[in-house]
Amino acid sequence: MSSEFLTQPSAWSSIDTWISVTGALAAMACALPGTWLLLRRQSLLGDALSHAVLPGIVIAYLGMSWMEDVGWLAAPVADAGLGRVAEGMSLVARRQIVLFVGAALSGVIAALLSEFIQRWGRVERSAALGVVFTSMFALGLLLIRLFADRAHLDPGCVLYGNLETTGFDTLAGTEIPRAAIVNGVMVLINGLLITVFYKELKLNTFDPELGAAQGLRPNWVSLVLMSITAATVVAAFESVGAILVIAMLIVPGATARLCSDRLGTMLVLSLVIAAAGAVMGHVFALTLPEMICSRIGFPQVKDASTAGMMAVTSFGGFLLAALVSPRHGIIRSWMDRARLSLRIAREDLLGKLYRRDETAATGTLAQTYSNGNGVGWFAWFARNSLIRQQLIQTGSQGDILTESGAAAARTLVRSHRLWELYMARHFELPDDHLHATAEQVEHFLGPELQAELAAELDQPTTDPHGKTIPVDN
Amino acid sequence: MTAAELIRVLTLQDYNTRLVLCGTLLFGACGGVVGAFMLLRKKSLVGDVASHAALPGIGLAYLILEAIAPGSGKTPVWLLVGAAAGSAGGLVCAGLIQRIRLIKEDAALGIVLSVFFGMGIVLLSVIQSLPTGSSAGLSEFIFGKAAALTAADVLSIAIASMLILLICGLLFKELSLLCFDESYAAALGWPTRCLDLLLTSLVVAVTVIGMPSVGLLLVVAQLVIPPTSARFWTDRHGPLTIISGALGGLSSAIGILVSALVPRLAAGAVIVLAGAGIFIVSMLCGSRRGVIWRWMRHRQSRHHIGQLDLMRACFEILEGTVEHDGIFDPDHHHPAAHERDLTAIPVSYDQLRDARSWSDVRLREVLLAAQRDGSIRQDADGHYRLTVEGMRLARRATRNHRLWEMYLIHFAHTAPSRVDREADEIEHVLEPELVEQLESLLEQDRVRARVPVNPHG
Repeated sequence: MSSEFLTQPSAWSSIDTWISVTGALAAMACALPGTWLLLRRQSLLGDALSHAVLPGIVIAYLGMSWMEDVGWLAAPVADAGLGRVAEGMSLVARRQIVLFVGAALSGVIAALLSEFIQRWGRVERSAALGVVFTSMFALGLLLIRLFADRAHLDPGCVLYGNLETTGFDTLAGTEIPRAAIVNGVMVLINGLLITVFYKELKLNTFDPELGAAQGLRPNWVSLVLMSITAATVVAAFESVGAILVIAMLIVPGATARLCSDRLGTMLVLSLVIAAAGAVMGHVFALTLPEMICSRIGFPQVKDASTAGMMAVTSFGGFLLAALVSPRHGIIRSWMDRARLSLRIAREDLLGKLYRRDETAATGTLAQTYSNGNGVGWFAWFARNSLIRQQLIQTGSQGDILTESGAAAARTLVRSHRLWELYMARHFELPDDHLHATAEQVEHFLGPELQAELAAELDQPTTDPHGKTIPVDN
Repeated sequence: MTAAELIRVLTLQDYNTRLVLCGTLLFGACGGVVGAFMLLRKKSLVGDVASHAALPGIGLAYLILEAIAPGSGKTPVWLLVGAAAGSAGGLVCAGLIQRIRLIKEDAALGIVLSVFFGMGIVLLSVIQSLPTGSSAGLSEFIFGKAAALTAADVLSIAIASMLILLICGLLFKELSLLCFDESYAAALGWPTRCLDLLLTSLVVAVTVIGMPSVGLLLVVAQLVIPPTSARFWTDRHGPLTIISGALGGLSSAIGILVSALVPRLAAGAVIVLAGAGIFIVSMLCGSRRGVIWRWMRHRQSRHHIGQLDLMRACFEILEGTVEHDGIFDPDHHHPAAHERDLTAIPVSYDQLRDARSWSDVRLREVLLAAQRDGSIRQDADGHYRLTVEGMRLARRATRNHRLWEMYLIHFAHTAPSRVDREADEIEHVLEPELVEQLESLLEQDRVRARVPVNPHG
């Protein structure tokens, strides 16, 4: 496994494919409940659950291996050989069910405990969660340390997962990794449950009062969501570890949230983003570390933790979405803001030229355009764009409004003076307080509002300062 | 394990145990004190983000050190500096993400926590493949290894802890106000942003000094569990901070001693579990909000209310009986004779049950308690009769009740239809002084002189 596959595609082995597939399936399984948790502002519940299931998993694992040692359960066959796929499947299923039951029990215990502490101890919610999940995680770590030699659990695996070795733990007789099957089943179960309970979840998430009024038990919806989250966390736990599973729960949903405002689209997008993040994560884990480390003097580095890189990659996707998302991206909002500023600056210049012509004042360009403390670069930029669009012409006498420029200027000054008059009629403001607000509002009065104002003010001809209100064209 | 060994550990004869205990004790106290502020700010889990985000800082510090001078990667001081930088970076990042309108605080914290940890894991796996590097020294920061603390480590932990405690002590008033009422603090002209930054830095500092002993996974427990436990013992912020610090130190001490006694117990996890034990004890026995005390108080007031309700019900039934028989003396010209009469009149169980909307179970319970108290007796005919003492109680309860009803009607502008219900609940908290005041007020109103009669008729 190294970056050679870029030049030699054969270096990408089937193991790499299975690692990517397993990671993608785990991420997709997590993304489904994670998106709902995000929308319900319960992201930290995923955090708490992923920590709290640890003691359950450890105890279930220890119990199972103890029973296998004693002989109550058939021990897994080391080399099942071809044609015993069914037996392999049943072993996988048994193992997974036992782990799931253990984890689910400890998840339920954690939820009940924090509920109990919250209610009986009158402790704030996040503190109650904090107490319960750190204690249970500590218990899990302690058990792992105590029985490290009995079970093949090691604390590192709990944190990093063992995605890299997933290709070696295959279903008997096939190349399909056990983890891929488990996570694939989780994707199907989650997809099915979310489709079946789509309406209930939606109602309970966005308007719990309405839901309750229609007879929907809010506790049941939370319970369903929590159970599928717990099950998903357990399934993904082995592959990516207790903490990275939180990234898989939250990040794809958050990225999808930035890209879409529609719930259905969001859910589908989160699946796509999750899968893409996982596959890209594996590719980056194989290529990026070598590329970077060989430059800074560590040529020995070939690859890095895939699970960790999947989390980092999905975060990269999140940042990308935050930047370039068409609806809510930072770049989009910067551009909107810049466009608005430019429009305001241009209109201000037109207004200044109009007033200069009105009073027949003369002066240099800088005097004309000055707003008290000189002319900023942005105003010069706005002037250039006005010249380009032929709203003003440059001449020896300074800038002159063209015909279309004069029309635009009249509309603006009309807005300004109508607003001043309106303010003067309806609010007891001194005359020198009228200008400042009108200077801002003038840019946002459309033709309809202008007409309405004029009608209400009985088609006035002069503003409170005695200046003529220009007639609209 | 022999008794001698036990004594040796518990009496701290072991130099190493003493050293480790000293370091973790101070860290525990700091965690408790800083955590108390965070609990009030309802930001208990910020510490969780700070600790997980430290991992990439540690990894990066190691790589930089190795790149500068191979073999120098495991200098603890620089690794801790890296950890602090990582935490700070993580918290800044969480703050920036929260500024995206659509991403709420919980999601931002979760994202930073897990993604920074992922970066840390990537860096650790890179370090592992270096010829000089095994991440063994670094994974101590993840899981903690209290037993490996050296004298120099403990000294720096001690200095840092003292500094943290000193800052908390000097700026106690400012930090408290920030936690209770940030906008008021801002209105007073205090630099709330600087204070907020300071508090966050304190969290980062506590996280970093706890990392070598407890490990970054569990370090948040020392920020959350002690203050939450202390909350059961007091309602006041000053004592809360002190108790929280003490409990943090206590859980550290228990954890270190237990892990010194039993081999293979990771000290970090034991410290957290000791904290959990302290939490359970506090939650049950805490003197302010403890479950047991609250339950006892609840039982006591339930008993009291039940007795008053019963007495009043008896009195009203008796009143009805005598009025019906035409021997009731409304103006109490002969109170002594009157009372003797009333104690002789039987009250049946059915009458009592119909008097109020109580269940059979509750009524039996109340009757038994009243018999124990000696305010009522059940005679051979199966009927109940008030004792002289019970009569006194009944008169007082009824009188209080009706006075209060009057008060509500005349002074509190309550809608008359709601009076009876409210009076029912409030008569039990009415103080004798207030009753006297009401009596003299209402005594003047001659129309209302017949106080013992219920205005509802």
